[in-house]
Amino acid sequence: MTGFPILSVLIAVPMIAAIACLFVSANTARMLALAATLIDFVLGIMLWMNFDIGGAQWQFVEHAPGIFGPFGWSLGIDGFALMLIMLSVFLMPICIGASWRSITTRVPEYMAAFLFTEVLMIGTFAAQDLFLFYVFFEAGLIPMYLIIGIWGGANRIYASYKFFLYTLLGSVLMFIAMLYMAKTAGTTSIPALLNYDFPAHVQTWLWLAFFASFAVKMPMWPVHTWLPDAHVQAPTAGSVILAGVLLKLGGYGFLRFLLPMFPEASGQLTWLIFGLSAVAVIYTSLVALVQSDMKKLIAYSSVAHMAIVTIGLFAFNRQGIEGAMIMMLSHGLVSGALFLCVGVIYDQLHTREISRYGGLAINMPRYAIFFLFFTMASIGLPGTSGFVAEFLSLMGTYQVSTWTALLCTTSIILGAAYMLYLYRRVVFGEIKSDEVRGMVDLSAREFWLLAPIAAVVLWMGVYPESFLAPMRKDVSVLLARVDRAKPASDSNPTAGKPATVHEAAHGEAH
Amino acid sequence: MIQLIVFLPLLAAIVAGFGNRAIGNVPAKIVTTAALFASCLLSWPIFLGFMAGTSSATVEPLLNFIQSGDMNVAWSLRVDALTAVMLVVVTSVSALVHLYSWGYMDEDPDQPRFFAYLSLFTFAMLMLVTANNLVQMFFGWEGVGLASYLLIGFWFRKPSASAAAIKAFVVNRVGDLGFMLGIFGTFLVFGTVSIPEILAAAPGMAGSTIGFLGYRFDTMTVLCLLLFVGAMGKSAQLGLHTWLPDAMEGPTPVSALIHAATMVTAGVFMVCRLSPMFEMSPVALTVVTSVGAATCLFAATCGLVQTDIKRVIAYSTCSQLGYMFFAAGVGAYGAAMFHLFTHAFFKALLFLGAGSVIHAMHHEQDMRYYGGLRKKIPVTFWGMMAGTLAITGVGIPGIFGNTAFGFAGFHSKDAIIEASWAAGQPGVWFVGVLVALLTSFYSWRVMFLTFWGKPRWAASEHIQHALHDAHGHDDHAHDAHHVDDHHANPAKAEDAGHAPHDHHDAVHAPAEGDGGYHPHESPLPMLIPLIVLSIGAVLAGFVFHGYFIEPSAGEEFWKGALAFREHLMHEMHGVPLIIKLSATIAMLLGLLTAWYAYIKNPSFPGKVIEQFGVLYDFLLHKWYFDELYDLIFVRPAFAIGRFLWHRGDEKTINRFGPDGSAWLVQVGARVAGRFQTGYLYTYAFVMLIGLTAAVTWAIGLY
Repeated sequence: MTGFPILSVLIAVPMIAAIACLFVSANTARMLALAATLIDFVLGIMLWMNFDIGGAQWQFVEHAPGIFGPFGWSLGIDGFALMLIMLSVFLMPICIGASWRSITTRVPEYMAAFLFTEVLMIGTFAAQDLFLFYVFFEAGLIPMYLIIGIWGGANRIYASYKFFLYTLLGSVLMFIAMLYMAKTAGTTSIPALLNYDFPAHVQTWLWLAFFASFAVKMPMWPVHTWLPDAHVQAPTAGSVILAGVLLKLGGYGFLRFLLPMFPEASGQLTWLIFGLSAVAVIYTSLVALVQSDMKKLIAYSSVAHMAIVTIGLFAFNRQGIEGAMIMMLSHGLVSGALFLCVGVIYDQLHTREISRYGGLAINMPRYAIFFLFFTMASIGLPGTSGFVAEFLSLMGTYQVSTWTALLCTTSIILGAAYMLYLYRRVVFGEIKSDEVRGMVDLSAREFWLLAPIAAVVLWMGVYPESFLAPMRKDVSVLLARVDRAKPASDSNPTAGKPATVHEAAHGEAH
Repeated sequence: MIQLIVFLPLLAAIVAGFGNRAIGNVPAKIVTTAALFASCLLSWPIFLGFMAGTSSATVEPLLNFIQSGDMNVAWSLRVDALTAVMLVVVTSVSALVHLYSWGYMDEDPDQPRFFAYLSLFTFAMLMLVTANNLVQMFFGWEGVGLASYLLIGFWFRKPSASAAAIKAFVVNRVGDLGFMLGIFGTFLVFGTVSIPEILAAAPGMAGSTIGFLGYRFDTMTVLCLLLFVGAMGKSAQLGLHTWLPDAMEGPTPVSALIHAATMVTAGVFMVCRLSPMFEMSPVALTVVTSVGAATCLFAATCGLVQTDIKRVIAYSTCSQLGYMFFAAGVGAYGAAMFHLFTHAFFKALLFLGAGSVIHAMHHEQDMRYYGGLRKKIPVTFWGMMAGTLAITGVGIPGIFGNTAFGFAGFHSKDAIIEASWAAGQPGVWFVGVLVALLTSFYSWRVMFLTFWGKPRWAASEHIQHALHDAHGHDDHAHDAHHVDDHHANPAKAEDAGHAPHDHHDAVHAPAEGDGGYHPHESPLPMLIPLIVLSIGAVLAGFVFHGYFIEPSAGEEFWKGALAFREHLMHEMHGVPLIIKLSATIAMLLGLLTAWYAYIKNPSFPGKVIEQFGVLYDFLLHKWYFDELYDLIFVRPAFAIGRFLWHRGDEKTINRFGPDGSAWLVQVGARVAGRFQTGYLYTYAFVMLIGLTAAVTWAIGLY
């Protein structure tokens, strides 16, 4: 693959398609968008196939200096980025498919916005230059802002406004921090910055500035309130991409910037992450329990799941970080699929009110199976990706803080409660109204949108090795970098006293 | 071979589940039932091999599962004596329940789904018992939880069924929280999740301490107690038991398989599997003993007054699980497993028998509307009789130097009671004997109310319904689905989660008379399992007790699969005569009381209830656990959720966050009003300009 700028091509294909979309009819735009995203998906598979597991840290590196003045077009990926790019290119065709019929106004612009989102997502994950990253990262706001604001629900303006306000606040601080870093370190190259040691007291400020941006994107409690509104107002595919990929930008930022660039600060501020995450798990789970709007419920559950990502990342050990990464992938797939499930019935009844449904298992059995499967994946049933994620992440956390692990593990109880309660109200029971009785089961299109996600969720749950292997070496690199700042464990088991053992054995023999 | 045993049910579940209507009822039933009988036939030779002493523990690797640094988990199938016991229990009962369901579920419109769930359950249970590491055990653990959820909620149109399904899942998850933390702690301490490696290293951890939640405790105590919380959830021990009685909402074959014979014993299995760990912590063992004894007593008292036949048996199950736990707690792991083994047969028998009665009585589950069924359904009667003789522990104690002989429960329950005395725990022994009395009473109460006396069917709504329907279509399953008809009367005790509304004096209120209804004996597919299990209930104790609990034979049989205390098993034989006889005497007293109250003097229970109304209410409401939990967990969770949502998110975070800044912006907008067009693209455009400006500025820095 040497010489073939596959990452640039990955970015260029949807870019060109996005521009082309603006000049064609609605149907052509749909076909064009689908073709472009599928091409990107195939390119993504080629990327994965050619990724040398355990090889160089940065692969498929491209560097074209001087295009943008002092900072250049420099791309390259490691295992983390590879996995997240795969997630993006996998979900994109599904998003286009989900919008096939439900979007009828301004289709070309809509498709262009989605393709542009894909460009920016891949760019964010592949960028190797600080400012290139920043441009991609922040520009990701714009198409999503438009998708919510133009194709959203009734209260879309408020939602997009809120979304915008929150994310902007963090961005400003992060940008200032980046300027300082570039000036101090004399480079904007991310790989170089990953090994640059900022003085400890400066690290804290830089950490907080980055944190402000990533925590909003994540989103962490208490800056999460934009998410439920954004989800509720966004069209189905918008929610899928928002939950599936955009939320992962925050986690990726923690992983790429906060931990390796400011290890000391990360170690010192672990308590903050743990505290906010533990609150988030319990707080948002309880809030999810009382929601009457399906999308809001799933949005709140996303906040709880993202808290499991943050605690895993800040556990400073392999299980925690690998669990956090799997959680990001798993959540991207599962909550994306759950939003699709909501979309399927929303398209028929045009309401997200849980109480309007009920008894769907009777006339929509195939739908009920998929919905059940993703519900179970969401609550981390072993055999699905959710379990591997939750289990590893919490296991990592337990090694650092038993309190945090205990509080966050309550998510397996609360998660089961709110998801099964949702499932019961929507799918079980008798059909209560004629409009529900008139609903039809999954169409072939909807079936083929959900089936691939289900397959990957199962794959990741039964044989997560495929997804862990590409990241293994990068986790080692990261751990080597942050090891010096590792917070102390609160468990510290002492060695056993063999004498007692002997006595016990002795006593038993008689 | 073990691969076939485990994966045939999965394969069958997939075929039946996804084939569903495409392949039709009969093929789905044939595929699943055949797979289970095949698994069963393959399992017995393994068990016999361990009995003969020719087999030894093996591990068949399958596939890597999770590899994360030191955390190395593989999918693999472990077979040792402990697994072999579980294999025959699970596959035998499951195969018979599959067969039974041909008859019981015959008129249900959704049969492939039912059989697929049953087979899926069996697969998960087999993964659990063949686990060689804690994570795979957890996989099976949650897998059976899923199957249980699906099967309890099988009649998903019934609100009570779907409520019970959620309750079962969520309460089990409380236990799983402990199990998960236990696994984390175990990994932290031992650096592995492989069970043999943990068990080998466990003795070396004696005297070690560990930090947990800010305090320091004995390491093994912390780990064992966390894991035991998991066992408490799955095995419905006191505190986490509330889901089990409600789980009776599921079809009766499900109750027999999952909520009596197999899944609920997973906790006992786990404690036995990890017994070398528990041996290192006397504190943990004391807790296991206390919880077991408390549950044993608690559940038996609830069982005394229930009027729903399935609920009596459910509480009986809960109580018998308590026996198993306190046996494990006093160190008699062999006896615990023995009781698990015999209990699986006689309790499955009792449930399937109850199912046969319910089938004959047109889905009437209230025993007050039974009576005089002995002659009408003789096979069911004799099956339930065998089950009752087994659970109450009828037998001839070996006091004259001869070998004791009795029904299954006689051997296993007496072993537990004797072991608790031999282990120097007279308090526990007393509870064991007392509960033997209660067990005998409630078991015979079921028998007497159901099979003796005069028919009392006329008053039953189900029966009336059947009589009215007789000329239309006699569709039982349709019956179970028609919620409107069946739940119109809230006084029906089968409404799970609802407090019984019965009046005190209502116990014998239903008028006598058969109302012209003639119960029929169940079809052959339902009777064959009853007959087979009856044989088990009669012989399982006598035939197998040597392998499970005899000092030297036991040691040879288990081959280290559990911490077999040979010494304790020896002492069991040396307990005083009165101790040996105690359980039998208690059993006879219970039988006598039940006979007096329900045959000799049927007005007696009413008088007792009048006298002790408060106590009766307390027991009828199952010690008010459901009401208490509703008050302290369920309602507050919703209230706090609402509070956090409205007060937290909306009134605080939004108010001072985005809405606050929005307000500031609005104020600012008055100043810069002319720049505000209110159109989205303007905002986006301004953003882009800002971005470009910022980037330009950044470039300018160089």
